[in-house]
Order: sequence, then structure tokens, then C-alpha cells
Amino acid sequence: MSEMISIQNVSKWYGEFQVLTDCTTSVAKGEVVVVCGPSGSGKSTLIKCVNALEPFQKGEIIVNGTSVGNPKTNLPKLRSQVGMVFQHFELFPHLTITENLAIAQIKVLGRGRDEAEAKGLALLERVGLKAHAHKHPGQLSGGQQQRVAIARALAMDPICMLFDEPTSALDPEMINEVLDVMTELAQEGMTMMCVTHEMGFARRVADRVIFMDRGHIVEDCHKDAFFGSPRSERAQQFLSKILQH
Amino acid sequence: MNYNWDWNIFFKSTGIGDEIYLDWFISGLGWTIALALAAWAIALVIGGLLGVMRTLPNKWLSGLATAYVELFRNVPLLVQLFIWYFVVPDYLPEQTQVWFKQELNPMVSAYISVTLCLGLFTAARVCEQVRTGIQALPKGQANAAMAVGFTLPQVYRHVLLPQAFRVVIPPLTSEFLNVFKNSSVASLIGLMELLAQAKQTAEFSANIFEAFTLATLIYFTLNMSIMKFMGWVEKRVRIPGLMVEGGK
Amino acid sequence: MDFSQIVPALPDLWEGMKLTLELLVMAVVGGIALGTVLALLRLSSNPLLSGFAKGYVNIFRSVPLLLVIIWFYLAVPMLLNWITGDFVPVGAFASCLVAFMMFEAAYYCEIVRAGIQSISRGQVNAAYALGMTYGQAMRLVILPQAFRKMMPLLLQQSIILFQDTSLVYAVGLMDFLSSARSRGDILGLPHEFLLFAGAVYFMVSFFASQMVKRLQKRLAV
Ligand SMILES: Nc1ncnc2c1ncn2[C@@H]1O[C@H](COP(=O)(O)OP(=O)(O)OP(=O)(O)O)[C@@H](O)[C@H]1O
Ligand SMILES: [Mg+2]
Repeated sequence: MSEMISIQNVSKWYGEFQVLTDCTTSVAKGEVVVVCGPSGSGKSTLIKCVNALEPFQKGEIIVNGTSVGNPKTNLPKLRSQVGMVFQHFELFPHLTITENLAIAQIKVLGRGRDEAEAKGLALLERVGLKAHAHKHPGQLSGGQQQRVAIARALAMDPICMLFDEPTSALDPEMINEVLDVMTELAQEGMTMMCVTHEMGFARRVADRVIFMDRGHIVEDCHKDAFFGSPRSERAQQFLSKILQH
Repeated sequence: MNYNWDWNIFFKSTGIGDEIYLDWFISGLGWTIALALAAWAIALVIGGLLGVMRTLPNKWLSGLATAYVELFRNVPLLVQLFIWYFVVPDYLPEQTQVWFKQELNPMVSAYISVTLCLGLFTAARVCEQVRTGIQALPKGQANAAMAVGFTLPQVYRHVLLPQAFRVVIPPLTSEFLNVFKNSSVASLIGLMELLAQAKQTAEFSANIFEAFTLATLIYFTLNMSIMKFMGWVEKRVRIPGLMVEGGK
Repeated sequence: MDFSQIVPALPDLWEGMKLTLELLVMAVVGGIALGTVLALLRLSSNPLLSGFAKGYVNIFRSVPLLLVIIWFYLAVPMLLNWITGDFVPVGAFASCLVAFMMFEAAYYCEIVRAGIQSISRGQVNAAYALGMTYGQAMRLVILPQAFRKMMPLLLQQSIILFQDTSLVYAVGLMDFLSSARSRGDILGLPHEFLLFAGAVYFMVSFFASQMVKRLQKRLAV
């Protein structure tokens, strides 16, 4: 398998404070990797470094052959190829659902409005929300908004997808509708890097699990190995806490 | 006490031509509106640009905008007006100077000075409102916009500004009202706007109370109508499903 | 430009600054006092009282300060004449002071009202539960907390007032700006003195604002 995302010896500081310490890992094409770890361990920071929403000071990240840290890289172009889903959805509240799905296709990819809207509508249908196309984001439930957000990312025909705790802002009864969409995506062979604490999802869908603690990648192994016998004490503590409920 | 109340004073002749006092008020109101609208246009354009600049990651640009705001906010409006009217023209090129000081109708040269002064003064305040509006948006919005591949100008154009614009309507309304009120300083350099006309009426007719009551009423009505209008605009552009008041 | 003449003129300018500061301090104290009374009226359950306060605030907030200054300058002597029957000279200072106090009270009222409303209802209930009267609850419990919260806003408004005192030029009062201008005219250096006055206003307002910002940060934690 060839590599989609490669992270090599990445370190990052906020002023004096080191958020990421010498992180190295990679995601192969078609692979699904779950990133977990306690709050503040740097998961969001790491995943945001992948599409350069956060700069990093040391190391290298390569996405599909393009170096993210290289100042010459066309970041908007790179980002348009990498889909991202956020904890708080971040749909654009002033636009309708249709417009949310179409705007970047039109303004970034240069597609025509009709083509963009047709594509958006098809994806909406896929996430089961076609009936809501004319509404504004504020008129949908959290789970519906997150499914629209996934559709918005897919509309750009991404080569891989990043998820930053896509279900942690949702009420329990809505979590599954979002996880189902993600599972389906994974089964279709989408390359995915997901920060999530949904261990059921990790067990069923992920290929590998990365465990982070205080800016370090502490565990990086096949999911069976991770759930079977995590090596570090921190990972064991984390798992026992999370699996209790 | 021998004050002669006379509410009909406004319909009486001023003794100059066949003007009645009401004509003075109407012409004064005209100048006030002309001043406020032109100054507001300047303030919106420059203040909007500065407000965006203050939110940019580039330290030089945001520093420049900050310096502008501090300068124009901390010097009294009247001092700024005197500088624009008495000092700045002396440093214009010779020909422009002659034109501005001698050839131009003194009303018009005063109008130009006040408009510029008030526009640039208000721009500093508009800047702060725009900056606050942009910064009040959830930080994730800018991230999400960049994540779909927008360039920085596109992030502002399509995502941040349309949202900030709505947040900023109420505070900008009150700045707009301030422009009307502040335009009254023009009376101090001889521009016959509303306040100057009221004062002149008071002095000519000795009906101080009537003259100033009418001026007060006109300002009050102007204020209320603008507030009503802006309230309507705010409702028109309200985003469905979003709470406008009380934040998110 | 020749700024060398400013130093010998400083004593004169200081006289002007003293008048500016006197006016400022008295207007701030009077304005906040009147503003607080208005805020309490505004929040009262009596529709007559709250309606009066609301009308007062709306009217003063919709007219220019300059209009109020000139209005009062012309009208206060006449009013007094009316009331007392004799001619009482009040002078520009007194009429300006009244104008500033009454005008600023409308702005201070809104700040104080927001401050009072930001104190939780539970505090009022707790005060009543201890047997306090309305006056005691306000004086001992609510207002002290509210003033602490709104101190930065009150100070910010006072800095604006400091700049606005320059408008007394309209009625010929010799405040800092006017004395700088008249010195400048006498010495034939109007530009220099005007720019110097601007610089002084800038420095005072700028540093005062910085202090307020610092206070705001301290109160925030
Ligand atoms: N802009 C910032 N400035 C300074 N420190 C920051 C900044 N953003 C994040 N941090 C710090 O970096 C650390 C890692 O943050 P990050 O958001 O990556 O954690 P996380 O693992 O995603 O946690 P969570 O599960 O709470 O989302 C935290 O300690 C956080 O306080
Ligand atoms: Mg996070």
C-alpha cells in the first residue's frame, strides 16, 4: 500500500509550551486510523497540522506527495483535496444547506453552479437529508448538521478525510446516524484519520489506533493489538476509563 | 418675566428676502443630512477595511490599523476638525490652496473639511465594531472555511464578512446616529447646518425655547426613524434558525 | 513650525487645563449620581417613573451634546430669571456644567442599568431574605457589586467626556483647547498651539484608556 499521509518527527510549540513532541506515523491509502487520548493530549492539534490549519515548527508532513510545511505549497489547493469534519460542524450559518455544499465547489474548484448543486444534492440524498436542502444550518439538529458537514467535505472529491471528534458535541441518540455515514465511507475505501472516543467504531471500522498523551504518540498499532494488550500504562488507564461506560 | 411665547415663529418672515424661519431649518437639515451621509460613506469604507486589517495575521497591517484607531479615538473631534479646517489646507499645493481658501464657496470648503474629518473620525469607531464582529464569530468558522480550500480573501468574502455584517448592524446603527449628532460641530466653523440654523433663529427672533425645541424634535425624529429603519433591515437579513440577540 | 513658544505659555495653558479638569470631575460625579437615580427609576416597577426615565434617556441620547450646551447656555439664565424674578447671572461655566451633567447622566444611566441587571436575581432575594429593605438591598448589596463590574465602562465614558469638554468653545469658556487657541492666535502660532493641544488630549486619553484596559483585565479574573 502506498502512503497517503506521512507524519515524520513533528514537533510544535505554543510559545514555551510544547503541544506535540516528535510525532511520527502514517496513514496508507484506504486505511482508517483512529486517534484517541486524554483531553489536551494534542489530538486536534496533530490532525490540524495535516491540512496546515496549524503550523508546526519541526519535522515534516507529506500528504499525497506534497509537503505541507513547505512554504511554496499551495495550501488552499491542498486543503481542497483533504476533507475535514469538525467537532462543532462549522457549517456556514448564513448560507442554506444547498449553498453550503456548493460554495466551495464553485469558488475553489471552479465548477459551474448547476453541476455543484446537483452534486451537493446527490450527496445530501446519500446522507439522507435531501428534504432539508433549502433550510439554513440553524434549523437542523446536531446530527443532521454533522451529516451535512460530511457531505460538504465529500462534495470536493477529497483524496482523504480528517475527522476531529465528529460525534462528541452530539446528543447520544444522534451519534449513530453520523457513525453510520462514517462507517459506510470507510467501507467504500476512503482514507480516514479520525480523532474519536467512540471505541465501538474504532473496533469495528478502524485498521489502526493511535494513542496520544501529552503531545507524544504513545501507541500506534493494529486495532486488535490495541484493544488486546495496550503496552503503556497510560493507554490501559485510558481504555479502562472509557470502556466503563 | 416678559418672554413672548410664539409657536408660530417658524412661519414668520426672517426679515431677509421672503424667507420664513422654517426655511432656515429645512436648509439646515439638508446640510446635516448631506454631511452625515457623505461622512458615513467614508467611515464605512475605511472603517471596514481597517476592521478587517485588525483581524489579519499580518502584524504590520494590524498594527497600522491599531495605530489609526488609537490616534483618531483619543483626540477630541473638535481638535480634529480645527486641524482639518485650519491646518491641513496650509500644507496643500499652492493652487489647491488658493482654490480651497478663496475660489470655493466658504460653505463648500467647510463642508469638505467636516465631511473628511467626521468620516475619518468615525472610521476608527466603525473599525472597532467590525473587528469585534469578526472576532465574535466562532473560531472554527475560519478554520472550516480554510479547510474547504478557500484562500484568505475568500474566507473573508464568503464566510466571515457576511456573518460579521449581521452581527455588526446594531452597533453600526448607533455609530450612524452618532455621525448625525457629531455633524453639529460643523456649526463651529460656520457651516449652517441644523444646529447653526437653530442658534441663528434663536438670536434673530429671541424665541430661544421654540427654536431649540424644534431642533431637538428634528434630531429626535431623525434618530427614531433611523432606528426603526435599521431594526427593519436587521430583521430582513436575519439568518433563519440563528438567535440574533443574546449571541449563540 | 516653531514649538519653542509653548514652554513659556505653559502656565496659561495650565489655567485652561484646570478649568477643563474641574468641569470634568464635577460633571462625572454629578452625571453618575443623576445617572444612578435615573437607572433606579428606569428599573422601577412604577410605569410612570420608568417611563419618565426612559423618555429622559431617549431624548438626551438622540440630540447632539453641542445642542444641549448651547440650549442651556441660552436658556438657563432665562429660566432662573423666570423662577426667581430677578436677573441672576449664572455664567457659562455653570450652564455648561448643568448641560454636561444632564447629558452624560443619560449615558451613565444605561451603563448603571446594565450593571444592576447583570447582578443575579438571587442576590436580591438573598438580601430580602435577610430582612433588608429595597434601599438597603440596593445600597449594601446590589450597587457595590454593580459598580465594581461597570467601573471600566464608567471610566471609558468619562474619557469620552474629557474629550467632549472641548465643546465649551462654543460658548466661549476658556478651557484647555480655547486657551491654547487664544495663546496661539496672540503669538501668531495657531497651528503649533493647536497641534500641541491635540497631542496633550491624545496622551491623557490614551494613557487613561490603557489604564482602564488594565483594570478591565484585572476585574475579569
Ligand atoms: N492556541 C493555543 N494556544 C496555546 N495553547 C493551546 C492552543 N490550542 C491548544 N493549546 C493547548 O495545546 C494542548 C493540546 O490541545 P488539543 O486541542 O490538540 O488537545 P486535544 O487532544 O484535541 O484535546 P480535546 O480532547 O480536549 O479536544 C492543550 O493543552 C491546549 O491547552
Ligand atoms: Mg480536540
